[in-house]
Amino acid sequence: MSSTKMILGLFDDPDEMMHGIDQLQKNSVPIYDVYTPMPIHGIEAKLGIKDSRLGYAAFCFGCLGGSVIFSIVYYTLVHDWPMNIGGKPNFPMPNFVPFTFEWTILWTAFGMVATFFFATHLFPGRAPRVMDLRATDDRFVIAIDAKGNVPHEDITRILQDAGAVEIKHNDRKYVSYE
Amino acid sequence: MASHSESIIREPLITGKNITYAQITNDVLFPVENKPNKAWWIGFTLASLGAMLWVFAISWTFWFGIGEWGLNKTVGWAWDITGFVWWVGIGHAGTLISAVLLLFRQNWRNSINRSAEAMTIFAVICAATYIFGHMGRPWLAYWTLPLPNQYGSLWVDWNSALMMDVFAISTYFSVSLVFWYTGLLPDIASIRDRATGLRRRIYSIFSFGWTGSVKTWQRFETVSLILAGISTPLVLSVHTIVSFDFATSLEPGWHTTIFPPYFVAGAIFSGFAMVQTLLLIARKVLGLENYITMFHIESMNKIIILTGSIVGVAYLTEFFIAWYSQSEYEQYAFINRSTGPYWWAYWSMMTCNVITPQLMWFKKIRTSIPASWVLSIIVNIGMWFERFVIIVTSLHRDFLPSSWVMFYPTWVDVSIFIGSIGVFFTMFLLFLRVLPSVAMAEVKLLLKSSSEQAKKKLIEHGHLDKEQVEFYKESLTKYDSVELADYDKA
Repeated sequence: MSSTKMILGLFDDPDEMMHGIDQLQKNSVPIYDVYTPMPIHGIEAKLGIKDSRLGYAAFCFGCLGGSVIFSIVYYTLVHDWPMNIGGKPNFPMPNFVPFTFEWTILWTAFGMVATFFFATHLFPGRAPRVMDLRATDDRFVIAIDAKGNVPHEDITRILQDAGAVEIKHNDRKYVSYE
Repeated sequence: MASHSESIIREPLITGKNITYAQITNDVLFPVENKPNKAWWIGFTLASLGAMLWVFAISWTFWFGIGEWGLNKTVGWAWDITGFVWWVGIGHAGTLISAVLLLFRQNWRNSINRSAEAMTIFAVICAATYIFGHMGRPWLAYWTLPLPNQYGSLWVDWNSALMMDVFAISTYFSVSLVFWYTGLLPDIASIRDRATGLRRRIYSIFSFGWTGSVKTWQRFETVSLILAGISTPLVLSVHTIVSFDFATSLEPGWHTTIFPPYFVAGAIFSGFAMVQTLLLIARKVLGLENYITMFHIESMNKIIILTGSIVGVAYLTEFFIAWYSQSEYEQYAFINRSTGPYWWAYWSMMTCNVITPQLMWFKKIRTSIPASWVLSIIVNIGMWFERFVIIVTSLHRDFLPSSWVMFYPTWVDVSIFIGSIGVFFTMFLLFLRVLPSVAMAEVKLLLKSSSEQAKKKLIEHGHLDKEQVEFYKESLTKYDSVELADYDKA
């Protein structure tokens, strides 16, 4: 049994990489993940990744933020210490608009980005799980789990035919751990 | 799709021959991965001298109080709020470029958004220093927060536009920061994966463990789009609310319903001028001519002329409405502005903001780098005068003629202003050294569709409408980074 853990197909062109994904899928080789230096549109459809639900999170956080600040303003200005300013009504709703608007945006942004970081496991100091160092530079990397996907030569050939510039058989999953 | 080729009549967004993805990384990261050159050191020395002047002058203010400024009991706001509004205005271009232009699918934003957003953040920091500075007792700044206090929970006044400003500016700053940093993650990861030793460790922490896997990118794009969607109304709200500081008062010259749109247009105007001032130099010094091209410069100049004209219309409308209102105090405020003791400030504003930017209608001028740079500086000056005119000329002749005075800045006022420019440039120059000044991942997206080399290949393949090709070649003549001789045979 070989010690290869991951097979990486490195492409220098996004279109050829897409072709590579098609070829692998045609031959029923499951793809572990794909690493690219820039967002490639259409790739998530090929890999069957569902639409992100971050929009729902953003909406909920926005509603929450708006409600929170509206409640604070209402409590302080109307309920706790109503002030008589020249006989004007002490529930001046138009004046609430800027605060409610700003906090809706603030909570949407922070809530959504925090959800994004949480769901994608991004946080300061997280050890980067990089399979190939050039995946953030100029290589479009298709990663295939070598365990159970045999024969490796066939996978290598499919990648080669699809136009991969380099194929790696890595014994370690991540190269970024020293 | 990456293979989709763009219409030939669109000008290229990336110029140069044999640009590869690796080349983009190398070019953009050159200033980050190498020792700075002489130009950087000269700039940094000057900027940090300015920053030191700021530290000295602001410390002086904190020690002796704002009595050290030229303010008097009639003119209670002058260089401080002028500086604040000026900096907030400059801080508007970044979010406009990254959010509004993203929603409009203006791909040329991709190579300038990063540095413009950085500018936004630094400019808002400078603006905030004026707010804390003018409080007199800055250690009590937390009084602007709705906190229960020892006097029996007398809360902040939510009816005040100043309170709205606290919320607007703090939201704007923090959302811009989040937007900017999220966009930086993939590029910090690029630096990390090329670095070794301590540098790698540091960039590793700041990269949050970014890998560029499919799901990360997919969510990243969703986040960017939604952030752009919410930042667009945010950026419009910020200067609207800043204008409330004036518009909700009863001061003649301030009490105007035109203020919100007029301030927003002015902010975008001055923001783009500052982006132009910085990027025209940065592209040369950092060697980014292939990514920040003449098309970018010209597009920004077009926005400057549009917003400058809106500002011009607003100035005239103010005058018209003062006459039309038949309110003699309102009329006096405007006559005094243009012919009173501050006439020179008013006419500097008019010249710099309304008259000289009209020169940009000439294609020769808006595609000339020296002319664009000079005009952008003039706009910066004009926009400073605009705020000075609004604030000081309205205040200096108030309701009681016996208290009419002039405002004279002291050395502290002047030093804080010059110093804040130093603070801004210090932060910007440090940013250029440690972070990529161009969003690499986003520029790489354009390489296959909108680059000069891709379009050249299309021409060489033939099958294109001859007239369109001629039109395209004609449009290339304005570029300073394209070798036209290559097109003679094609």
